Amino acid sequence: MTEPVRKLVGGGAAIRLDAVRFDYGDMAMHFDFAIEPSSIAAIIGPSGAGKSTVLNLIAGFETPVSGRVLIGDQDMTEIEPSQRPVSMVFQENNLFAHLDVAANVGLGRKSSLRLDEADHAAVRDAIAKVGLAGKEQRKPQALSGGERQRVAIARALVRNRPVLLLDEAFASLGPALRHEMLDLVSQLQKDTGMTVVMVTHHPEDALRLPSTLFFLENGRVAASGPARELLSTKGPALLRKYLGSQELSL
Amino acid sequence: MTATRMLKPWAGAIALAFLAVLAGGALFGLAGEALRGSTEGFAAFDSYLWRVARFTLMQALLSMLLAVAFAIPLARALHEHPAFPGRALILRLFALPLALPALVAVLGITSIYGRNGLLAFGFDKLGIDARPNIYGLTGILIAHVFFNLPLATRFILASLDSIPFDYWKLSSQLGMGSWARFKLIEWPVVRRNLSGIAGLIFMLCITSFTIVLTLGGGPRATTLEVAIYQSLHFDFDIARAVSLTLLQLSLTIAVLLLLSLTGKPAEEGFSLQTSARRFDRPNRTTKIANTAIIVLGLFFVGLPMAGTIVSGLGADLSRLMTEFAVWRAIITSIVLGAGAALLSVLISLSLVMAREYLQSQRQASAPRFFERSLDLGASLIMVVPPIVIGAGWFILSRHVIDPFSLAPVMVICVNAAMAVPFAFRILRPAWDTAASRHNRLCLQLGISGWDRLRLIDWPVLRLPIAVAFAFAMALSLGDLGTIALFGNDSIQTLPFLLLQRMGSYRTQDAAGLALILGVLCLLLMFTADRGAASLTRQDNERND
Repeated sequence: MTEPVRKLVGGGAAIRLDAVRFDYGDMAMHFDFAIEPSSIAAIIGPSGAGKSTVLNLIAGFETPVSGRVLIGDQDMTEIEPSQRPVSMVFQENNLFAHLDVAANVGLGRKSSLRLDEADHAAVRDAIAKVGLAGKEQRKPQALSGGERQRVAIARALVRNRPVLLLDEAFASLGPALRHEMLDLVSQLQKDTGMTVVMVTHHPEDALRLPSTLFFLENGRVAASGPARELLSTKGPALLRKYLGSQELSL
Repeated sequence: MTATRMLKPWAGAIALAFLAVLAGGALFGLAGEALRGSTEGFAAFDSYLWRVARFTLMQALLSMLLAVAFAIPLARALHEHPAFPGRALILRLFALPLALPALVAVLGITSIYGRNGLLAFGFDKLGIDARPNIYGLTGILIAHVFFNLPLATRFILASLDSIPFDYWKLSSQLGMGSWARFKLIEWPVVRRNLSGIAGLIFMLCITSFTIVLTLGGGPRATTLEVAIYQSLHFDFDIARAVSLTLLQLSLTIAVLLLLSLTGKPAEEGFSLQTSARRFDRPNRTTKIANTAIIVLGLFFVGLPMAGTIVSGLGADLSRLMTEFAVWRAIITSIVLGAGAALLSVLISLSLVMAREYLQSQRQASAPRFFERSLDLGASLIMVVPPIVIGAGWFILSRHVIDPFSLAPVMVICVNAAMAVPFAFRILRPAWDTAASRHNRLCLQLGISGWDRLRLIDWPVLRLPIAVAFAFAMALSLGDLGTIALFGNDSIQTLPFLLLQRMGSYRTQDAAGLALILGVLCLLLMFTADRGAASLTRQDNERND
């Protein structure tokens, strides 16, 4: 069952949406783009442009009307979400409220939660890596918003999948905390070499990490390229219009 | 994974089929009987039938009018005095009649207004030569108002609470008097909800069985439900039972159709709200009048309950508890009640799971017929009163088997079905919230089947399931309708035994049994209430 996953462990995987068509209500979306392996991609755009849809297509929560979703050169279009080499962190409800931190992370290792010593070690290790050592037995309600997202990231670490999807994962955090989380992701990305795809409302998030920017509008990619170029004053007009008078500290 | 997900629609279909067979089988039995010509059907509209139907409607109408007419000033008074001493306690007390089995309330009412009750005692002391007689319309009305006045008061108070603060500020600034305030501010809001409240009370009174059976005075004051019971139980007049049942059914359907036109009362009526601040300073006369109204309402609702306790304690409880028949009845009641509650929770959970599954599958498109029937099935069972179901199966089964031998099965099935609308309402929000939080995560992490049930769903649903179970069990413990039809010497529940003791004028025994039954039901309701409260608390914490 985990055969396609195992092959990919260590390093990131390329992602390609190959002529993907998807109908969201009345809007016909059309995606045809690729994300380099072990890169960081930031998806921005107005609400309703299809940002989350892109992540849902990659994660397998949505199925395209036509076209293919490829991860690491393998066609994933018909594969179940849990079988894809992907971990996703949502904006909320990442954790089971009745389970403690260790169990929530452990579920990423074995969905039956019957963990052996190696699993426990991996869980402890991941929790320490996200800076939550000593809080293994806490329930989610005893954690701050930032800590909860750290637990979700720790789970992604023990799952050890080559792609990490962040669906506005830090949107509900304050600026300082958000920057802290981005730095954590950046550090983990360097360590593991995984491919990171993040959807964000804050263009400056894309600048904090060395990322490739994808600007979505009306269900298609309207512009893409290195974030530093696109978000500069020399960027395309439609991006400048979206950003408005927002000052970006480069 | 797909296998377990596919089970959900099937579970829903089976639960729906169970309800359909239970209600449909009864109707089928009645229709078969009517077609076979062994009944005159609607042709049998003799003067007796007309009288019973007229009385059924008349007592329900009067009960409704009285309950609402008293509830409006009472709710106003309670609303006008948010700091009235013991106000929260009074509101809590007003929630109790809902949980009290009708039979227990009847005994409480008799202990106050009966031939040897508190009222008669008072008359005697004062030298007034009057003996209250509550059997007949008077008793029925008192009992119905006892049950429905608190209900109506809570509903009306909830609608008064929904009036924006600014209106009160404005009214006191403009110097509105009590009447002007009522006419301009309160009445428009109350009126909007009143048709729903009145309709609900009318419906409850039309299908009221226990109160009319015990307080009705013979053929003069009897309703269709009681007449069905009597024609099956005493006269064994199947033809008459069929005509009566068909009449009752058409009446309930007609009333429900009418109700669906007027809309439902707001559900906040069941929540215990602390009230709005009022900015007007009521003058002395208003204060005295309001206090009098509240105290009167408190006595009216509280006295029968106190009466139940006092006369129950006056009974020879220690002897009762050594009686084999009493213990057998208690155990039978608990076993049948637990069975009914378990079945009810299973049915409701199946409906809830299947409904949510179908909803999540279709995403944005319109709900299909099956999903809508799962929703409807849970409430449609209310259309067919338990007595009608019981009577239908009684008539249908007597060709094949001795109907009395079906007693345990019928009590469990009918009581379970009766509790489904309530259990469904408790379980559905809990399940739907849990599903919306967990579905994507479980899909992503590959948690499914047994693992999902064990690790994710059960820990979250344990509490709501327990709440639904306790509620359903309390409902079925207090039910007299089905067991009155099917009960016999070999199977007796607590309410049935109580009815028998009342019938043989062993009033002391009856009072003692009523206390035991009342305590059992209130304990269960209290557990359910506490559980439900911590459920909302938990939910609030999680949403922080």
